[in-house]
Amino acid sequence: MVNEKIKVIDATGSFCPGPLMELIAQLKEAEIGEVLELLSSDKGSAQDVPVWINKVGHEMLGSEESGGVWHIRVRKLK
Amino acid sequence: MKILIVGGGMGGTILANNLARRLHEELHTGKARITMLSASERHMYQPGLLYVALGHMMPDELYRDQRRLLEPEIEFHVDPAEEFSLDQHQVRTKSGKTYPYDVLVIATGSRIFLEGTPGLSEAAECFYTEQSAVHMFKRLQEFQGGRVVISVGVPHKCPMAPLEITFMLHDYFKDRGILEKTQIHYTYPIGRTHSLENVAKWATPEFERLGITYETLFNVKEVDARGKVIRSEEGTETPYDLLISIPAHKGMEVIEKNGLGKGGWIPTDRYHLNMEGRDNVFVLGDTTNLPISKAGSTAHFEADTLAGNLAAMVKIGSPVRDYDGKVFCFIEAGKDRATYAMFDYQHPPSPKPPTKSMHWFKTAYNRLYWASARGLL
Repeated sequence: MVNEKIKVIDATGSFCPGPLMELIAQLKEAEIGEVLELLSSDKGSAQDVPVWINKVGHEMLGSEESGGVWHIRVRKLK
Repeated sequence: MKILIVGGGMGGTILANNLARRLHEELHTGKARITMLSASERHMYQPGLLYVALGHMMPDELYRDQRRLLEPEIEFHVDPAEEFSLDQHQVRTKSGKTYPYDVLVIATGSRIFLEGTPGLSEAAECFYTEQSAVHMFKRLQEFQGGRVVISVGVPHKCPMAPLEITFMLHDYFKDRGILEKTQIHYTYPIGRTHSLENVAKWATPEFERLGITYETLFNVKEVDARGKVIRSEEGTETPYDLLISIPAHKGMEVIEKNGLGKGGWIPTDRYHLNMEGRDNVFVLGDTTNLPISKAGSTAHFEADTLAGNLAAMVKIGSPVRDYDGKVFCFIEAGKDRATYAMFDYQHPPSPKPPTKSMHWFKTAYNRLYWASARGLL
């Protein structure tokens, strides 16, 4: 198993610009193939982020909730 | 304690003046010293550019002389920083001078990044600089009707700007008698009309009431200026006759060149506002990588917190409070109505229906800002 370095984006408590907008901004700065983990305390993100990821064409790696924080992992594909 | 503030925008200026008032005695006895480095001798009230674009303010109303805004005890140099030597606690400037510090505050702000989107700079009007705001006003005057598209880049400064320009354009076209010949189409990067859910819940029915169409999950990929079409990362496209852009922003180049933060955004502790891994370096306003609004109000409240903490460090040796993520944004809902959104890390906003009195409050604040900059409000 490849030990990937994951960039964590802590968007807990972010109402504006909010978790998805933070992820979009950070993906712009990321390299292709890089994995980002978005932390969000907004339960809506668990639905919104995968919808956008699939629409744009990045890879959704997983989403888990722990202690009221959603950990959403995404790989940049383009 | 030598306090060096790099950046003379809203955050840096409010901090310097607020701090000078708190440390009046210490500045006179030499126990503290405040130095500011800026790239400009003038201070611009950036939120006023929205009004310039619609002919409601003149560009010269947005400026004051920076030296005259600052408390006399503050040492001020128009000499932008070029090299940050954080281990040596010093900053070298464009003129070649070296400024040592005990505490460094970086508040260099952000810049529009039109060149990151192919075709955008040649096709779109925007209002984030004096020149572009005046150009947009002249273009609007020539406009006789057609399809107006609002595009929104990520990240962008002033999260209310997309809504404000849309509602204000609606009233502008109505006043000129060309609204019936004009279709306003609003696009937005995420799955609702604004990042703040409660603001989106208010804005969406307003759009529907006013006949403004909208498309969500639309991230600008490129603009075909010749074909007058804007395309999204999501694979959709929309035609335009007049394209109004809220462009994506980046932090300042000097931040990236010095390796302080990718994209020009410095990793910052959300409560203490120090640069991650540095106890004597603090970051304010747009320059942080914090997941909160890039807005003057954010810089203002951060500066208030930091001024209290730095003054306490001089007086009792430790900071006294955390930044709670407070932001307050006016929202113009047309030419003569406005509301506001106030929120922090724990509490989402709950905007009220727009009123004329809130619009007049905003209009008054466009003048009152100079009291804020002086650390009085």
